[in-house]
Order: sequence, then C-alpha cells, then structure tokens
Amino acid sequence: MDYRSLGLKVGIEIHQQLSTGKLFCDCPCDFSDDHHKEIVRRLRPTQSELGEIDRAALEESERKMHFRYQTVPFSCLVEADEEPPHDANKRAIEASLEMSSLMGMKAVDEVHFMRKIVIDGSNTGGFQRTALISTGGSIMVGDRKIGISTLCLEEDAARKIVERGSEVTYRLDRLGIPLIEIATDPDMATPEEAKYVAERIGALLRATKKVRRGIGTIREDLNISVSGGARVEIKGAQELRLIPVYVEEEAKRQIALLDVKRILRERGAKSSSLDIKDISPLFRVTKCKVLKGALEEKGRILAIRLRKFAGTLGPSENGVNRLGPELASHARVAGVKGLFHSDELPGYGVTMTEVEDTQSALEAEPEDAFVMVADAVEKAMAALARIVDRANAAIEGVPEETRDPLPDGHTVYSRPLPGKDRMYPETDVKPILVNEAVLESIKLNLPELPEEKVSRFVKEFGISKEQADSLVKSGYEDEFELLAGGFGSAQVVARIYLNTFPELEKAGVNPSSLSLDVMKDILTNLKAGAFAKEAIPDILTSVLQNGHSVERATETLGVEKVDLDSVRAVCDRLVREKEKFIRDRGEESLGPIMGLVMKELRGKVDGKVISEILRERIKQLLT
Amino acid sequence: MKYSGLVGEMLDRANAQLGDVIEVRRGNEVHVGILMPHHDFSSESIVTLKLPNGYNMGIRLDEKSKVKVESRREPKERKKQVLPHDPAKKDIAVISTGGTIASYVDYRTGAVHPAISAEELVFSVPELLDLANVRAKVLYSILSENMKVTHWQGLARAVAEELNSGAVGVIVPHGTDTMGFTSAALAFMLRNLTGPVICVGAQRSSDRPSSDAIMNLLAATRLCVDSDLGEVVVLMHGESSDSYTLAHRGTKVRKMHASRRDAFRSINSEPIAKIEGPQIEFISEHTGRSKGPVELKDKIDGRASMLHFYPGFEADHFDLIANHVKGVVIAGTGLGHVSEEILGSVTRAVDKGVHVYVTTQCLYGAVNLNVYSTGRDMVTAGAIPLGDMLPETAYVKLMWAMGQTDDPEEVRKLMLTNIAGEFTTRRFV
Ligand SMILES: [Zn+2]
Repeated sequence: MDYRSLGLKVGIEIHQQLSTGKLFCDCPCDFSDDHHKEIVRRLRPTQSELGEIDRAALEESERKMHFRYQTVPFSCLVEADEEPPHDANKRAIEASLEMSSLMGMKAVDEVHFMRKIVIDGSNTGGFQRTALISTGGSIMVGDRKIGISTLCLEEDAARKIVERGSEVTYRLDRLGIPLIEIATDPDMATPEEAKYVAERIGALLRATKKVRRGIGTIREDLNISVSGGARVEIKGAQELRLIPVYVEEEAKRQIALLDVKRILRERGAKSSSLDIKDISPLFRVTKCKVLKGALEEKGRILAIRLRKFAGTLGPSENGVNRLGPELASHARVAGVKGLFHSDELPGYGVTMTEVEDTQSALEAEPEDAFVMVADAVEKAMAALARIVDRANAAIEGVPEETRDPLPDGHTVYSRPLPGKDRMYPETDVKPILVNEAVLESIKLNLPELPEEKVSRFVKEFGISKEQADSLVKSGYEDEFELLAGGFGSAQVVARIYLNTFPELEKAGVNPSSLSLDVMKDILTNLKAGAFAKEAIPDILTSVLQNGHSVERATETLGVEKVDLDSVRAVCDRLVREKEKFIRDRGEESLGPIMGLVMKELRGKVDGKVISEILRERIKQLLT
Repeated sequence: MKYSGLVGEMLDRANAQLGDVIEVRRGNEVHVGILMPHHDFSSESIVTLKLPNGYNMGIRLDEKSKVKVESRREPKERKKQVLPHDPAKKDIAVISTGGTIASYVDYRTGAVHPAISAEELVFSVPELLDLANVRAKVLYSILSENMKVTHWQGLARAVAEELNSGAVGVIVPHGTDTMGFTSAALAFMLRNLTGPVICVGAQRSSDRPSSDAIMNLLAATRLCVDSDLGEVVVLMHGESSDSYTLAHRGTKVRKMHASRRDAFRSINSEPIAKIEGPQIEFISEHTGRSKGPVELKDKIDGRASMLHFYPGFEADHFDLIANHVKGVVIAGTGLGHVSEEILGSVTRAVDKGVHVYVTTQCLYGAVNLNVYSTGRDMVTAGAIPLGDMLPETAYVKLMWAMGQTDDPEEVRKLMLTNIAGEFTTRRFV
C-alpha cells in the first residue's frame, strides 16, 4: 500500500510505569497475587459546572455498578481513598523531567496536578490525578523528525480482576503507580514508522533506568486516520511487534469503509429507520442451530431492513471485511452474541426459502440488506437499535471511535471516542516549582543515550553494531550488559535475546517472563559444560512451559552432559597424532585441529569449550 | 487564593479576573488560558493558567512579561430552583452549618466555596426529594473548627423552631472536626424531642464521585421519615465500604480518625441504629419521639476550659487558666489522675469557687478516684469525677449547666444527673 498517497496519519500515546514508588503515597510499585481486605464502594456523577446533576445520568449510574476493591498487604489508606494524597513523589517528577530533557521539551515552570473525572471505578476517588510536565519536543527516527506534543505524569488505575453482573472487582496494587504519558504529534506516515517511534521512545524511557519492566508496564494508544477517514484510537496495545499490524489493519478498515460509503452514496442510500419485525414464525422448523437454540430458550428472532445496503456487509472480493463485523461488534455491546446478515445467507443452516420469506416479510428490494438477531426480546431490540445507528453512520463514512486491540493484530469496537475530559485542580497536592537549578542538575546527569550505548556495546563486548542496535531496541539491553559483563560469552547472550527469544515467541511461549536468575543459571551451567549452547532454546522452553529450574529442565530433557574427560581424551590423542603438524604451524594449527575434534564429537560439544581445552593442550606441547 | 507581588500587580494592571481567558508572554513564549486562583503553596512569581487541553500549568512572570485579557469570563447562569412540595410526603428540615459536606467546587477555577443556598445543597442530592419534602436553610457557612458556643445556641433555636412547626426530623450538615461537640450541645439544649436531630458530615467532599456525603444524607433522611427516634445523633459511615451508616448518641460519640469515612465511633456504648439501604435496625435502647412541644434550654455560659493533663504540665499554666474561667474539665490520665503539683492547683481553684470536674483521657472506660491515693487526694481537693463521660461532652455540659444555674450545688447536681445519655453505668465486655 502506498500509505503516503492514502494520507495515513498516526500519532502515538505511550504510557510507561515508573519504578520510583507510588506517586502519592509511600507504597511500593509491586503487584500481588493475593489480597486481604475488601472494600465495596459506589461512584456517583458529580454536579456539572452549573451545579446540577443530570437525573438521567444519575439513574444510569445507580442502576449500574458497584465496585469491590481488593487491598493487598502493602496497600495504604491513600489508595483506599481514606487519606489525602501525600506530596508528589520527587523521583517520579525527576524521571519525567529527565525524559522531557531527552526529547528536547520545555518543562512548565510549576507543576500543578489535576483531577480527571473517571467513574468506571478504576480509581477509588472517582478521578485520576494527572499533571502536565512539559510540551513541544521532538525525536529523530531515521531522518524523520517526529514532534512530541506533551508529556504528563499521572497515576495508574486499579487493576481490573473480574466483572460480574453489576459488580466490578479491582485490585489496588496497580493504583497510584506513576505513569509517564507521552503524546506524539500525528507525524507518522507508515505503519513501520509508528513502530520505530514507539521503539525509540521506549529505549529513551529505559535509558532513564527509572521505569518498570515486563508485561503491561508500557502501553501504547494509537491514533490512526487516512484522508477522508476519521481519527480512530486503538487503546492499550502492549506488543511492539504488533504496532505496524494494527496500523495497517486500521488503514485497510478505513479504506474499506470509505468504499462502502462511496457505494451507498452512488445508490442514494438514506438513513434507515428502526423498523423491527419479529420473524420468529418463519423459522419454526429451521435447521439453523443458532436460531433454533435461541427459540428454544424463549428468545425471538428480530430483523430489520437496511435500505440499499446489499453487498456492503460481507467481505470485498479480495477478502477485506466490510460492515458485517462492525455491526456485529455493536450488537455485542448490547449483550447479544452475534447476528446474521443477508450477505452471508443462505448459510449457517438458513435456507434460501427462509431468506426469501424474510425478505418478503421485511418488504426488502434486491438492493436492500437485512440483519437478524436472535435473543431475549429486549436484548435483541437494543442490539438492532445499535446496528441501525452504526449502519446509518456508514453513509457518512468512518465514525470516530475507540477500539480494543486483539492479539491477532485486528481490533474491535469498544466505545465512542470519549468527550473532553473533565478536569479540575487537585488542591490537596502542593504545586511543584521547577526552577533552573533542578533543570540544570537534570541536564548534567542525563543518562547514556541509546545510540551511545550501541557504540559502547560494540567496543566493550565485541558484538556487531547491528546486534547492539537490535539489543537496545529489543528492551533487553540492561540484561545483556549484566550477563555479558558477568559471564563473558557476549555472543551467546546476544543470540539468546536476538534469536532465541523471537523464536520462542513464534512458538507461542513468552520468554519475557524469564527472570534474570534463570538466565544466570543458564550461563553458569553452560560454562560448566552441563550442556552445549545448542540446547539453550529447548531448556528455556522447558523452564517456561513446565516451570522447571534450569537443572531440572536439563535433566528431564536428557540433554547430554558434556563429557569433558572424553573431550580431553580426544584432544590429547589428536595433539599426539598431529604433533609434527602442530610444531610446524605453531598456534595457527588450532583451527585445523579444532575441525578434526569437532568432527569426531559430532557437534555434541560447544565449540568454545573444545577450543579452550585444545588451545591449552597445544600450548603445553609448544612450550 | 489571591495573587500578590509582581504577579498580582501585573494581573491588576491588565484588569484580569479569575476565570478570564488571558494571554501571557514571556520572551518569545506565549501561553493562552483561563486564569486560575493562586494555590496557597504556589510560588509567588507564578501565575496559573488552565490550558485548552484542560491542564493547569504554572508560568513564571518577570518584569518583562506581558499579560493581557483575551476574553472575559462568561457569567454562569444559575437557574433559581424551587424545592417541590408533595402533600403525600413528610416534611424534614435541613439546617446547614457548613463544612466539607456543604462545600462546592467551581470546576472552572477549582475554587472551593461553601453552599450558597440550602436549595443548592438539596439539589446536589436530588434523591432526598424522593423520600421527603425538604425545608432547607443555610444557617451558617463556617468550617467546624470555627464554631463557638453562640453558634450552638442559634442552631438549637433553629432546630426547635423546625420541629415545633411540623418537621418530622432535622438534618444538620456539619463539618466533622467538632461535630461531636455540637451534637452534645444540642442534646443538652433540646429536650422532649418530637423527632430525630441528626448531625451529618462528610469525610470526602461532594465534588468527588466517591464522596460519602450522599449516602450519609440519604440515611439521615430515612431515619427522620421512617423511625420513632427522638434524640440527637451523629450519623456517618459505619465502615470504609459504602455499605451501612451508624447513628451514634450525640453525647457518646467522638471523631476517632483524621480521615477515614468511618471516623466516628460510639465510645463506652453501642451505636443507636444501623441504617443499610432502606433498612433501619435499632442496636441499643433509645428515646422515642415525644408528643411535643420541644423544650429549648439554650442558656450557656462559655467560661469553661478543658485541660488535658500530661507529664510536665506546670501548675502555673493550670492556675493561669483557672483564674480566667468558672469551670474546668480535666482529662486526666488512666482512672482520672493528675500530678501532685496539679493537685495543688486543683485545691487553689476549688477554693476560689471554680468548678473542677474529672474525665479520663483514655476515653474508653470510667474515671475512678477511689483506687489510688492521688485520686483520693483529688476528691479531697474538691474535684468531681464524671464516670465514663467523654471529656468533650463534659466540657459542653459544664458550660450548659453553668448557664442553667449560678448555684454551685445545682451545677453539681446537673453534672451528675444523666440528662442525655452522657453516662453509662455498665460497660459491656
Ligand atoms: Zn499507599
């Protein structure tokens, strides 16, 4: 696809958790698998600017949710909304100023925290505290300059555990962890560029060494539009490698929707009204399992006609989805499992006769489409109301909306784009003056930049520039440095992170949960000859899948222990046999003899182990 | 909340008012936003603007900076609201005194101000109107730490008037810090109650979606409408969850936590009632509604003091205060003790005709001056033990008793008579 001619525009918002301790209390930034006390609360919409409460909104909130908060052993009254916030965490403020400095941003002269009203229960107070730290910076990605519009420091929300009926359970461990929120300008024009920008900002954040690491500690929101389309926000992407996929899929989706719009306009389609027909009697003896099941559970089959929509619901000739999945996701928001539409029927056990009967019941013309939903009457009606609204919006083009990312690179509708946030000052928190002295000391103590780290890795560890570059982008640069520094074997360590990890990921085991201790065990055992480096992927897989220790994994896998004695024996024998050759060539004989040893041991032993022993034997002979 | 120094001058010169959209230039930086109030802890050289993205930022001004008004704050149009009256529902009265429960945030400027009208207060909890007709009045608009004895008198009069003119109960929104003092004062001043008088507070302000104000107000309304209670109580959350509220006897209740929703506790007694949704469950004995009319005994003599004894308390300090008052309530250690040195002060004070009463700073349990010699010496000196009465309640009661009579013996009699449930004789294990 030629993204530039499509007018693709992508902006990213990155949320990174800090490891500095919580933002407004002295609790640690840790997660807990269990909880002790529970607190049950409700949140209520507050008065508007004019001092009134919208009665409808109030009823909505009453009918709806109450929230169960699980405290963890290290929760305090601040997280429980039972004590005013403490002073803002100084180290978190410094981390955000440091990050601002790395992106050439202008910090505010005084930081003022705000309360952003959020009543989905994810914050015990009903608002999230957030402050603007700096504005107007940029980063370079290749030769492209990408604008950074704002950097904010905010508190993370409570962790959602489960939602049951009208009750949502949250755990308080995540609530209050500081988050740096970085928003770029919509300057990215290709899916790859979006990934590079996310990588670059991620590397800069890690460079500060004040960020949390691991799954869920960094989340990306993507704002995507093509020309003629609309701003769509994909909220909470966690995997870097999927970013270009999300962008590409969203561009395709918008183009498909623009195509639908063109067709509908050409046909002169007008908004359809919500004219629901109960067509259950037509399906009394249907072979369609879904419909039959719904009728047996006392549900009804309701249908509506969408005028002039025929052919816009099913996929295009080249398999790109069109309106069908959009309508289905709106139906799911209303609580029904799915729908059938005329572009996919007959099918799923629905016969041609049933389709024709439905068409005549709905007085559908050939250019018209229809949608049917089978469920309890109220739910089905609510679903159809949403479906008609969504279909009518298709005549206008691409609706602005928020979508949830799926692990396969697709996204699904979640809700309309939120309106403007309601924010008012958090008067319980003291403003923080950012004076020259603070900024000066931050500038003097800026961390090593990613590119500086790349050159240092090349020099210190003898890996290639490409390897060093990939390591820094991968997010494993700190682990690499620690392990290569402590155990040598820089190449082995680099290959684990750059080759083995992606392979494991492809095979469906997630290597990012491996602890540093496991990696240390691997290298210790490798060095002691417990296995050859070729066995590492299998051992890591076993550790990940079975929860084994490295020793246990080695044992159960039956990985052959390197028999150092037999290596020595082979080396000794060959050195004796080729004594003359060695005396002639001196130390240069190592290579050829090495080949012979390897051949005899048939790759069972790591070359490094062999070369060490062999080198020693040759030296002995020569002296 | 006001800007001072250079910033104040520049804003004055530009005639910029809070809420105006202003433009601030410093060097080649230009910022446009709504002028926000000065935070008490904001630096003097900083002006705070609310930016179009909703965030506030502080901008340092210097001599060369320029400020100009872009547009004036649009005056808010507040609809005058009239409280409805449904003849099928009972009347309750809401007499507001101020505090967190009755404060409002101006979301545009972030400034917190007290409720201007009781209507405003009631319409912020429109659910009240489903349960009762509400007669609302803002009597005071003060933080509870600024309450004085004269405020208690005015409040007692207003409450009596409402009950004697048909209200089935009175709700008193009150700051929580001294709510226990006010409830005790009302309990002594108002007798023969025809309905409950309920002091209600909030530990989280009502601008927050998590405020406890609404649930407390609703429960108070239910207690007014659906119970036979004829006492002064404090009603607040029973636990940290928004599950139930507790009504505590006005003379036996104390704020026991600086910030939690369930800060109020009944001391040396059980709460009177537990209110959970529409359910009212009476936990301990209570006085029912009288046939009326409500008697008002609002005379009070404020010349009393409450002295908390501690190691190192100097006799000079005690004497100094005792010389200026007619009565002293001592919060003694343990069973009610003071040091030998203070014992001397007590003797001197009693000799001068000062009433000296003794309570325990332990709060839980009762004073007993028979067990140790210090206690016996205190009684000999003329100090009078007050059983398990809370020090704060004793202080309020002493002022009230001194307002009722000048006869020291009559004061003593009143102090030792259980008038509003301030004594309990049995403290359950
Ligand atoms: Zn905490």
